[in-house]
Amino acid sequence: MILVIAEQRDGKLNRATWETIAAAQQLAGGMPIKVAVLGAATAAVAQEVASAAVAEVLVAEHAALEPYTPDAYAFASRSLIESASPTYVLLPHTYQTRDFAPLLAARLRKPLITDVTAISGTGTDAAFVRPMFQGKLAAQVKPVGGPPAIVTMQIGAFRADAAQKGGSAAVRKVDIQIDPGAVRQKPEAPFREAKQAVDLGQAERIVAVGRGIKSQENIPLAEKLAKAMDAEVAASRPICDNGWLPMERQIGSSGQTVAPKLYVALGISGAIQHLVGMKGSRTIVAINKDAEAPIFEVADYGIVGDLFEIAPALITELEKS
Amino acid sequence: MKIAVCIKQVPTREWQPRLNDSKTWIREQDVSYEMNEPDAYALEEALRLREKHGGEVVVCSAGPARVQTVIREALARGADRAIHVEHDSLGAADAFVIAEALAAAMKDEKFDLVLTGLQSDDQGHGQTGVILAERLGMPSSTIIMDVQVDPSTGSGQVAALRVKRELEGGWFQWIAMPLPALLTIQSGINQLRYATLKGIMAAKKKEIRKASLPDGLQPAQQIVGLAVPTRSKQTQMIDGSPAAAAKELVQRLREEARAL
Repeated sequence: MILVIAEQRDGKLNRATWETIAAAQQLAGGMPIKVAVLGAATAAVAQEVASAAVAEVLVAEHAALEPYTPDAYAFASRSLIESASPTYVLLPHTYQTRDFAPLLAARLRKPLITDVTAISGTGTDAAFVRPMFQGKLAAQVKPVGGPPAIVTMQIGAFRADAAQKGGSAAVRKVDIQIDPGAVRQKPEAPFREAKQAVDLGQAERIVAVGRGIKSQENIPLAEKLAKAMDAEVAASRPICDNGWLPMERQIGSSGQTVAPKLYVALGISGAIQHLVGMKGSRTIVAINKDAEAPIFEVADYGIVGDLFEIAPALITELEKS
Repeated sequence: MKIAVCIKQVPTREWQPRLNDSKTWIREQDVSYEMNEPDAYALEEALRLREKHGGEVVVCSAGPARVQTVIREALARGADRAIHVEHDSLGAADAFVIAEALAAAMKDEKFDLVLTGLQSDDQGHGQTGVILAERLGMPSSTIIMDVQVDPSTGSGQVAALRVKRELEGGWFQWIAMPLPALLTIQSGINQLRYATLKGIMAAKKKEIRKASLPDGLQPAQQIVGLAVPTRSKQTQMIDGSPAAAAKELVQRLREEARAL
């Protein structure tokens, strides 16, 4: 049996759960799939996931599960897993999963395979593909010492719309006990740092810069290229960490997700945290001195070379007409 | 406050991957190494907390003899001493083995706070810190962008720690926790300092305690194959001089992709 742990906040399902259900259906090879929903008030989310082609939806409701804490989630999911005895436990590789899944694995003393982009084979013979070395290599890994093996699926690696719907799975409540005193984290309400002055999600074209731009003094070069392309300037995380561009212009898992008509990646190597924020763009151009940079894997057009020569040449070319 | 920082030595960003003969790991003899970037931010945060609240910073690393280089670098940046769990097998070990190895060497030190980077730039499991927290009996919080310690409450049971956790899409959340605790630190939490000549000289005299790898640690996963990833798209590579490449790219973006 495969147990998918759905993600929800404030009674709203995280869409990445559907990607995980699609992955479970691909992995199953005849095994039944169950979806677990954890939270304080889960009825709507349970109904929503019950439309998937799965055997059953398990609901674990407890006041201590809202707001989310790693201690309460690890506790509740452990008791669910111990009573359901799945072969695999699948979760979307969200920030929340990254927070509690290793704790769950440590307590169960069971394998955890994270950030999976593909599955080869089905059932207990399956191997899982995940990036290593910043995406420069892809590893096929197998769990040792399961079942269950806990597996987290990279956001965007499986298609939510590929998840098969099957009418209505039965929803069953599962009793769980959580000692609120054993929950050590006391979270406050989530907040946004600053109002987003630019909505990169609306931009038709984006010129994004990465480490290859080398110093803050070179940012105007990217801005000039963006102007010539009628594009917005954006950046990968290290650029915003350094304060060379404001955080609101950051693309990637910790910043904005965009899908413009044209995305020009200037000196961006293409770490997976960046790729998830832009790989849906219609046309992607990569300019990088390293021919092996992972950004070329998602690019439609690529130029291997020195961006300090190529960007000025592009500006000249664009200004010709 | 007694602070531990766990650091890992990983291949440099410029390193071009080459595989071993069985294609299950990298050819280690070709690799040049550096300090894992998120761990460097964790170290910097530990040094800043020591400057504010006093105490000591102990660098902990599990790896082959080669990791001495990054341990010395951390000592040169200002850490007080180090613990090195040394074994050749640790270079390719998974998160469970690394966490268990570190936990065995660290548990008697009774640290108030343990910091790690949120994940390593090599295998990138993103698990070691949280597993280590569990083995040390500490609460954890991950992807941290700010650390506030209330020194008046010390290492008691009260909420002595308040941390800013990064959520997705530009959202954050403050979380209070008792000490001792473990935090995994996000890159960009602070501005890194570099070692001074004085620091490098001082590092030579600082203690590195060697710890041995406990027997019988079992990995939780096995790499059965390693490969350069297959391209999901057919990338059209444009060659030529910068001017010629620029001309062709602009033409293709206008006529083929209709993106300009």
